[in-house]
Amino acid sequence: MSRPRPLSPHLSIWRFQLPAVMSITHRITAVILTSGTVLLTAWLLALAFGENSFNLVSMIISHPLGQFVMFGYSVVLFYHASNGVRHLFWDFGKGLDIPGVYTSGRIALAAMVVLTVGFWAFIFFS
Amino acid sequence: MARSTNSMRTPLAKVRGLGSAKSGVHHWWHQRLTAIAMVPLVLSAIYLVFRIAGSDYNQAISLLQNPFHAAILLLLIITGFWHCMLGIQVVIEDYVGSEWGRITSIMIVKAILILLATLSALSLFKIVSI
Repeated sequence: MSRPRPLSPHLSIWRFQLPAVMSITHRITAVILTSGTVLLTAWLLALAFGENSFNLVSMIISHPLGQFVMFGYSVVLFYHASNGVRHLFWDFGKGLDIPGVYTSGRIALAAMVVLTVGFWAFIFFS
Repeated sequence: MARSTNSMRTPLAKVRGLGSAKSGVHHWWHQRLTAIAMVPLVLSAIYLVFRIAGSDYNQAISLLQNPFHAAILLLLIITGFWHCMLGIQVVIEDYVGSEWGRITSIMIVKAILILLATLSALSLFKIVSI
């Protein structure tokens, strides 16, 4: 390649489209979830190492900053899970037409909101 | 394609073993299998989070010592990290241009994930046997 040529998917010439944004968001959330596995491992290690380390981790989690990270991670998880189920429907050949892709996208976003709100409501009011 | 009449080999014989028809389907299929398995596993894990939220050390330990709860967590660790490794490999393959960069970054990321999965599982084994 002697001179720089525009590369697919030609991001600069496409207008904003829900399916495209949701597609790259699926990837971004996947990377965040994979990075966040270190938090699950840290929590299990703390519990395995005894009461002092567990209390320290519990303190970090209940701190407002810790709660913010937990909330963010739950949003990311519920997005990836909802959109992941949407992907599974596609794998079975369902909803592959343009209107179907928009409908399932909106359902996945609604599912993300419902799951996140429901999850935190249950945590705080139970 | 017009030249194919000059060869005794069939078109199928020429393309066999080429392209992604090696381990790609296996990779794709396992990504889907782990995704399906994670639907009930994540829902069960959310139930565990509800039970464990706000609990102290002794309550957390005794909760995870229930074999059903430990099974949920162990299966989630295995399936989740496996799903992560398959997915992150595709992301790296798509965005890292040089072959050396691709191979080494996939190896490093997978090694880190295997380490995290092993530490998680061994921590769970210790919690269960406290």
